[in-house]
Amino acid sequence: MELLVDIALLGLLLVTAVAIAWARDLLAAVMLAGIYGLLSASFFMVMGAVDVAFTEAAVGAGISPLLMLATLSLTGRFQAGTDTRRVLFSLSLVILVGALLVAATLDMPAFGSPEAPAQQHVAPRYITESMNEIGIPNIVTSVLASYRAYDTLGEVVVIFTAGLGVLALLMSLPPQGEPVRGELLSPMRGHRILRVIGKILIPPILVFALYVQFHGEYGPGGGFQAGVIFAVGFILYAMLFGLDVVARVVSNAVVQVIAAVGVLLYGTVGLLGMLTGNNYLDYRDLAGDPVTGQHIGIIAIELGVGITVASVMMLVFFVFSGQLAGRRAG
Amino acid sequence: MLAHLPVLQVILPLVAAPSCLIIRKSGLVWLFTFLVSLAALTVSALLLQQVIDSGVISYHLGGWDAPWGIEYRIDILNAWVLLIVSALGTVVLAAAHTSIRRELEEGQQILFYTLYLLCFSGLLGIVATGDVFNVFVFLEISSLSTYALIALGRDRRALWAAFQYLVMGTVGATFLLIGIGFLYMVTGTLNMQDLAARLPAIGTSTTVLAAFAFILVGICLKLALFPLHLWLPNAYAYAPSVVTAFIAATATKVAVYLLIRFTVSIFGVDFSLSVLPLQHLLIGLGLLGVLTASVVAVYQMNIKRMFAYSSVAQVGYMIVGIGLGTAAGLQATLLHLFNHALMKGALFLALAGVVYRVGSANISAFRGLGRRMPWTMGAIVIGGISLIGMPLTAGFISKWYLISAAVDSSHWLVALLLVAGSLLAVAYVWRLVEAAYFHSPETPDKPADEAPLSLLIPTWLLALANLYFGVDTRLPLAVTEMASRTLFGGAL
Repeated sequence: MELLVDIALLGLLLVTAVAIAWARDLLAAVMLAGIYGLLSASFFMVMGAVDVAFTEAAVGAGISPLLMLATLSLTGRFQAGTDTRRVLFSLSLVILVGALLVAATLDMPAFGSPEAPAQQHVAPRYITESMNEIGIPNIVTSVLASYRAYDTLGEVVVIFTAGLGVLALLMSLPPQGEPVRGELLSPMRGHRILRVIGKILIPPILVFALYVQFHGEYGPGGGFQAGVIFAVGFILYAMLFGLDVVARVVSNAVVQVIAAVGVLLYGTVGLLGMLTGNNYLDYRDLAGDPVTGQHIGIIAIELGVGITVASVMMLVFFVFSGQLAGRRAG
Repeated sequence: MLAHLPVLQVILPLVAAPSCLIIRKSGLVWLFTFLVSLAALTVSALLLQQVIDSGVISYHLGGWDAPWGIEYRIDILNAWVLLIVSALGTVVLAAAHTSIRRELEEGQQILFYTLYLLCFSGLLGIVATGDVFNVFVFLEISSLSTYALIALGRDRRALWAAFQYLVMGTVGATFLLIGIGFLYMVTGTLNMQDLAARLPAIGTSTTVLAAFAFILVGICLKLALFPLHLWLPNAYAYAPSVVTAFIAATATKVAVYLLIRFTVSIFGVDFSLSVLPLQHLLIGLGLLGVLTASVVAVYQMNIKRMFAYSSVAQVGYMIVGIGLGTAAGLQATLLHLFNHALMKGALFLALAGVVYRVGSANISAFRGLGRRMPWTMGAIVIGGISLIGMPLTAGFISKWYLISAAVDSSHWLVALLLVAGSLLAVAYVWRLVEAAYFHSPETPDKPADEAPLSLLIPTWLLALANLYFGVDTRLPLAVTEMASRTLFGGAL
């Protein structure tokens, strides 16, 4: 049964990937990319990687198609003509890389094999010891937020950098004319049904984000997913009721500062470890006993992750829509 | 505090970067970033001293033992590269304030400094870490910030250049990640030392070979090895002047470091250079890069682009050194890593001065500049002769070591072609000298109009370093010899 599900999901992934490459209509490509994200999430789910599936659903199927749509509204919907020779070159390159990838699988340990080195060397300690050392049931969170917390700090900085990069890029293209308020900023403003449903949905979305944020130690979730979901609540509101209404709560400048605060929170928790006489990002002495210390550290850094991810997503959306408003007025 | 030096090296600029957004005053932000980079420079000097005195430093992040947690592992090789990156990053930053005020809008300046610090910490993080996945994370930080920094260039073509680099760079980073994934699949570890210990037992399975191929191509995209260099000339030419100086002096160096780390320390020389015909590939592509890029450089009209092609050529020299597969060759590469950073730092900072005054880096803008900007042109001439490799400059030392390493391993043809590459460098540097000193300016009798001191001092600091390290070679020689010997001794 599971084999059939695998085959069906992988088959659909393949079809979707080819369709994305084929599509001239970029709007269709973006929609297909969203489907691709959802299929990947399902496939990760079948493989038992719940946390990864959750992230992929929130990012791959959620926010990234949204941002791509925002881009398309700036660039236009259809792809310009392509050069056949270039296509042939790219195709041969893709086939070469694909062949190498397939070749690599020949000597690969079988999927799920308990004898695989990945299950034998480092992982057993996470499985057997993390409950004693860190004391939270979700081992993935233990690895991400404590054993390899430094990588996660890096990932948060990656997201922060990406947000600033978008800001820096679009700032260098000042929008033509004054931004207009009203209709143009919120294309769906006139749709009464959407507004009513939106009003009903947005509060649960925000509460769900908080649940994902603070429940990450016990179930799938954590700062990354929560941040994305939280941002989606705001973005949805902006689409339905206008960016100017959202800007009254959080402006572009405020969002930038909040994004910075998230990274600083994470970085400072690490420094606290040093003040307690341990190494960077060592939380064990943040409280009386090591396990409580780990808990406090993990909650604090996850909060930093959530804050930065949510504000960077909002920032990117604000900057794009700001451009859009200026462009249409100009 | 001394025990925390390895992590402070990276974490200081990393935490300082978001703080810039909170300070929000561009003059103050510049001062702050400069002080932070000075602190990073101090840390790297102390680290090098510590490694020379008492050997490898291992630092366990989060207090978890490797390979369960992430380890920072500073040996003589990465201490050397850390010093290069932080020294050049600091000197360029000293010049940044003046140049950036002229080239960027008010609102972009704070973003510039934030991105600069992010890129700086990203590069330092790649070098300091002893964990391959951590390499990828910091590679992403440095890459994303570099794309944005390049795109800040005033010329609209900067956007296209940044986009090209983004596509090529992302392919490179993805390949590296695929390779790391395969390595994890066959060894179950991400720690470099642990990988080096476990890989020999696995031998040459196709998964390991594929991992090696993906990692190699990924890194070579990043270091712009011919023919994967196509993103580099435009990126260097259209980026803001100080950004060019910064990435030319540091980013490709870090990629060369990664190549050495993966081929020599992790996979091991025996695997890397003998199982695959890699030796011929590296020497061949390196030489092709030296010759082709140098010829193309001769025909460039934009001087920033000309020196960008020259950078592709210089990367070729470094790759040949690795390809020779001997300790002497590796030492030559490590020497050139340092010396090339000094040359290109001086040259691109001097160009920043020219762009500041003249507003263009086209060859026509250099007519008669020898009289109009004597000090800036003087620095360009010193950087140029160091690039050619004339005696009494730093460039001579590394070329001398490289050519003797080639001769020692009886690669006579290689040695000959390396000399030919230097002659080509004479050709393109001479064009610039000819325009500046032997052509009359377009508007004659213009009084001397030097670049401001805030640009001249950092430029001349690097120019003088080119001369100093051409004479007093004790430090670079001692460090690189130690590094190449330990790497070939098999210890990580």
